[in-house]
Amino acid sequence: MTAFSLEPTTSWYLVLSAILFGIGTLGVLVRRNPLVMFMCIELMLNAVNLSFVALARELNDINGQTIVFFVMVVAAAEVVVGLGIIVSIMRSRSTLTADDLAGLKG
Amino acid sequence: MNDISTFVGPVIDWLAISPLLALLAGALVLLLVGSLTGQWPWRLYAHLAALSAVVAIFVSVRLWDDVDTNGARLLIGGALALDQFALLGTIAICLAIVLVSYLTSDYLHREGVDMPEIYALYLTAGIGALVMIASNDLVVLFLGLETLSLSLYLLAASNRQQVSSQEAGLKYFILGGFASAFFLYGVALVYGVTGSTRLINLNTALASFIPVPRNDAVLLIGIGMILIGFAFKVSLVPFQAWTPDVYQGAPTPTTAFMASVGKIAALVALVRVFVVAFPSRSDDWGAIILVLSALTLVVGSVVAVVQTNIKRMLAYSSISHAGFILVGLEAASHRASPNVDDGLIGVAVYVVLYAAMVVGTFGVVSVVTNDQANSDASGSTSLDSFKGLAKNQPMLGLAMTVLLLAQAGMPLTSGFVAKFGVIQAAVSVGSYELAVIAMVCAVIAAFVYLRIMVNMWLADRTDTATVVVPTLSRISIGVAVVITLVVGFLPSLVLNLGSNLAELASR
Repeated sequence: MTAFSLEPTTSWYLVLSAILFGIGTLGVLVRRNPLVMFMCIELMLNAVNLSFVALARELNDINGQTIVFFVMVVAAAEVVVGLGIIVSIMRSRSTLTADDLAGLKG
Repeated sequence: MNDISTFVGPVIDWLAISPLLALLAGALVLLLVGSLTGQWPWRLYAHLAALSAVVAIFVSVRLWDDVDTNGARLLIGGALALDQFALLGTIAICLAIVLVSYLTSDYLHREGVDMPEIYALYLTAGIGALVMIASNDLVVLFLGLETLSLSLYLLAASNRQQVSSQEAGLKYFILGGFASAFFLYGVALVYGVTGSTRLINLNTALASFIPVPRNDAVLLIGIGMILIGFAFKVSLVPFQAWTPDVYQGAPTPTTAFMASVGKIAALVALVRVFVVAFPSRSDDWGAIILVLSALTLVVGSVVAVVQTNIKRMLAYSSISHAGFILVGLEAASHRASPNVDDGLIGVAVYVVLYAAMVVGTFGVVSVVTNDQANSDASGSTSLDSFKGLAKNQPMLGLAMTVLLLAQAGMPLTSGFVAKFGVIQAAVSVGSYELAVIAMVCAVIAAFVYLRIMVNMWLADRTDTATVVVPTLSRISIGVAVVITLVVGFLPSLVLNLGSNLAELASR
């Protein structure tokens, strides 16, 4: 008979990562503030990072941990570009929600 | 554990990655020298960008012969692949960069600003695209994808005076970032199952994989999320909603760039990943590609019919082109058939010809319409601005007619050669239903192009202003038309490119 243990295993981290990814996805879909939507995308990327680290540990493979550094660099570059676009659009109007961006449709 | 003292760096074959280096050099010179000096005269920004792309094309042609004699191989420790499939994509992308740079130069001069940043962004986007189409590792592919996408977000938002351009940039950024996260999560799941991100290792791991039900479910979810990420980037239905908005809002030459380089890179990378890494699961993804392809073809062609804005119309037409290219990928999923490589060749030929067609078409739109009145929904990029164009500018009207006929797939134009290639591939592996859907959609889409032509040739001109065609745009559109016609009359030029085309480096 196996004893019930609360020692965290890899699958705990994977489940946590899936939950975080889900929260991020939901946030992008339901929130209307571009800044918050953007934060949710960052949350999704970091959820993936958690997966990579947990899997690298499980597989005893250094590559998964290296990938995380690349993803962090990409996320940082995304912040630069994203905030640049958001600031530039905020200059032309005082408040902004995604619903205001409805000039383009057809 | 790895000992740091035993670390050996990979061997880098600098000559084989020289197309990348040519674009990088151009981008660095533009940014560095451009920021230290004042305004450059004689359109030098555009010429420099075009020059580095031409150098890249020249080197790629040399590498093509090299691959013919020495065979396809892997570079930089297996991160990138050097094969003719990637080289043809490289040539298509660099050709698009040259043509778009000249269109942009005229566009910016008309708007009263010429700045080096836009051209540098074209070149960095080009670097990302070249990495994507040659990547042999899912993480390298992700880095290329982000290099390309981040440049494209900025390009979409590059017109600071215009609200619609900013709006397009933000929409593209949010949805693009969302798609990238999906792609990356898919990579993580596949890595968890197989322990690698190298395409070639994935294939060997999966081929000898004893399917444990739970692991196989994780693997298929991973493949599915990678596919969703790609589907956003190449705007396959039902992930296409951003495309018309972004294409309409972005400055027109930039739209030409997104429709050509962005789409080609993502499509070629999609084909490489699925054909090289996941052939052992081709029954699973082949069926999904079939459905996506059919949906994309139908929605792209039918919705284009009801559009009144020329840029939205062409956006939907580019969606239906992506559907055609997927027909080729679907054909490549029938591994049991002896003609399975026809699909790969069809895709490679399609993307090159598509690059010339789509840049030429958007080039004419860029010359004829004026983005400034575009901040409201219809603006001057409505179809009305094409009324009577052929009476005002017969040569421009003729060029647009040729390009539109090519997009419709008329015989004696390159569009026919491209569409024939993928449909023939579908028939040769036995996916008749998809071939029929593709041909019906080609007819529906032809109605859209005919509507533009009727407006050009038969309607009276409402706009009294004369359309001026600047020299560089003239060259750019001219080159696109010449490629379209020459390939149309001599299809053997591209059809005889060689059977090596389907020989991917890592298979």
